[in-house]
Amino acid sequence: MAEDKHVLTMLVDNKPGVLSRVVGLFSGRGFNIDSLCVAETIDPLISRITIVTRASALEMEQIEKQLNKLINVIKLRTVSGPKSVQREMALIYVMAKNGQRSEILRIVDIFRGKIIDVGQEHFIIEVTGNEEKISAIINLLKPMGIKKLAKTGTVALFR
Amino acid sequence: MKENNEDQMLTGAQILMRILKDEGVDTIFGYPGGAVIDIYDELSRTDIRHILVRHEQGAVHAADGYARAKGKTGVCLVTSGPGATNTVTGIASAYMDSIPVVIITGQVPTHLIGNDAFQEVDIVGITRPCTKHNYLVKTAEELAGVLKEAFYIARSGRPGPVLVDIPKNITKAKVPFRMPEEVNLRSYKPTYNPNQKQLQKITGLIAESERPVIFAGGGVVLSKGSNELTELARKAMIPVTTSLMGLGAFPASDPLWLGMIGMHGTYQANMSVGDCDLLLAIGVRFDDRVTGKTDSFAPNAKIVHIDIDPTSIRKTISVSVPVVGDCRLTLDHLNRMLDQKEIGDLHQRREKWLNRIGEWKKSNPLSYQQGDIIKPQYVIDTLFKLTKGQAIITTEVGQNQMWAAQYYHFDRPGHFITSGGLGCMGFGLPAAIGAQVACPDKLVVDIAGDGSIQMNIQEMATAVQYSLPVKIVILNNRYLGMVRQWQELFYGKRYSFTAMEHAPDFVKLAEAYGAVGLRATKPEEVRPVLSEGLASDKTVIMDFMVEREESVYPMVPAEAPITEMLLV
Repeated sequence: MAEDKHVLTMLVDNKPGVLSRVVGLFSGRGFNIDSLCVAETIDPLISRITIVTRASALEMEQIEKQLNKLINVIKLRTVSGPKSVQREMALIYVMAKNGQRSEILRIVDIFRGKIIDVGQEHFIIEVTGNEEKISAIINLLKPMGIKKLAKTGTVALFR
Repeated sequence: MKENNEDQMLTGAQILMRILKDEGVDTIFGYPGGAVIDIYDELSRTDIRHILVRHEQGAVHAADGYARAKGKTGVCLVTSGPGATNTVTGIASAYMDSIPVVIITGQVPTHLIGNDAFQEVDIVGITRPCTKHNYLVKTAEELAGVLKEAFYIARSGRPGPVLVDIPKNITKAKVPFRMPEEVNLRSYKPTYNPNQKQLQKITGLIAESERPVIFAGGGVVLSKGSNELTELARKAMIPVTTSLMGLGAFPASDPLWLGMIGMHGTYQANMSVGDCDLLLAIGVRFDDRVTGKTDSFAPNAKIVHIDIDPTSIRKTISVSVPVVGDCRLTLDHLNRMLDQKEIGDLHQRREKWLNRIGEWKKSNPLSYQQGDIIKPQYVIDTLFKLTKGQAIITTEVGQNQMWAAQYYHFDRPGHFITSGGLGCMGFGLPAAIGAQVACPDKLVVDIAGDGSIQMNIQEMATAVQYSLPVKIVILNNRYLGMVRQWQELFYGKRYSFTAMEHAPDFVKLAEAYGAVGLRATKPEEVRPVLSEGLASDKTVIMDFMVEREESVYPMVPAEAPITEMLLV
């Protein structure tokens, strides 16, 4: 069955063990997690978990039902379509030798990224955007030599 | 009895007792230890009955058996570490069968948690995937609220086990206590009332259908909807099959009864489901032992699926009409709607279908030939006749369980108590103890094999200590019979480690425990041994030396369509 990418966002009780219940459900039932983000919301009693998963339509129905069944999951939505915004962030440690530095700066500028650390032979770049944009800048910087890469998972909201 | 709302200073252990009383708990099954010593000290000052088991697994199975026989939440109390880990199999079994059980585990003091302290284990982490919900209590102030939530979650919606882990210092700490208000969880609101539009569709389908079948499960038993189910079946003249968990939800003495469905279901039940044009699946979850090959399950039918748990619907089987709701309520609504509906002459319309089912029944009935050696089926058959079908039957797991399901016929719910989903050997004896505690005036019989009875045989001491007159029927073939049967049929008769050549002398063992031991080695001894054993007011083991290589039939090989049965 065809597997599509889905972004799930859920409000959960901000209590110990809740993340473990959510993640354990995915591993225990053989569902995938592509990425995962968790942080407190404006209400300190509630956290938001955003999960990107790949699943067939039938599997997705089970994932949503199973998550809703968890006592600590307060609200769950699948995020998609023009009414939603999705972002991830990457920190890219790229080698920047003489002769390549201006090219890197141009790329960072095009992607509206930021240089947040400069060394003799490297930059650390901060860039945010949707998944495609992050992949695109990574691909462009690859030839310069990416030494280290840290990416967040997707976070998403409805407008 | 509500407390007055003045705050009182109580210890955690005292708070636990207050909540247990408030929840109407009069019996708990347990085993003491260091982390729960303060709870036990307090328990001794209440009138709550405590049944001291011999192994914590037995405590959970007993609470499970108690819950099923009594129709209320079972409770067990164990200590930290090994006490807690020993409960895991029992919890997993209760979880698979949706049985309301609250498990109280002791924990090391809060300041030692995470230190690998003596008898420390992360039981909340271990049981997360096999409980409906669980809690580690962090402060004495939250204890009362957590306990009320635990009982509420265990019994509501689709019931299940809930574990509460209480650190020792919290059981000692004195805090102001006030009985919590009604539990209200914003993220947990089970749907009881069915969608009326879906029900309209169902009555339409019932009116149109030529060859309907009802397939009922444990959900009907749990929601106490047997009468409503029976009313629907009789009103609409629909034959009924059930899963293992549903046995007793519909009277086996009714002409519309088809017998159990599935891997060891009856010929007529499996054939009817294979041929029906409408399948009303009520309180079931389409377990693989029921469906066989899912693509070939009820291939000609529109399927209606009624269940309180949305995750059960469309998990393995696609359905035409899904309904989320309480089975009893939904059946009641359906019955009222059918009363209002013009459905024409059902007798005429169903005649052909019921005749065809009648032919299936006649062509391949459940049967056995009693020869020179005792047939296990004959033992169950005789047990059924001698008890007039009135006993509460618990089972172990394997051939004994399937023969019990096939040859003991249940007219009422709550009388067949078995580990259905987990298939947990060692379940039957402690479950029988729980059922006997719940129903002291009823005859409770554990149908066992020589293999599974040895998995929790230590509970004989519990039965004798509390003068619980449970009867244990051992179908002794000196094999792990069900696995042997698979090896015979699918593994070229290579009986790899399924022969249990040595077992204790069960008659002497019974006597050593202070119970009565009886044995039958010849067919003519079966009836006298059963009669004598059942008449006793003591705990009795009856050891039946049965045909060693008898197999359970019909049998649907794993992953095959259920209409393709191996018959005798």
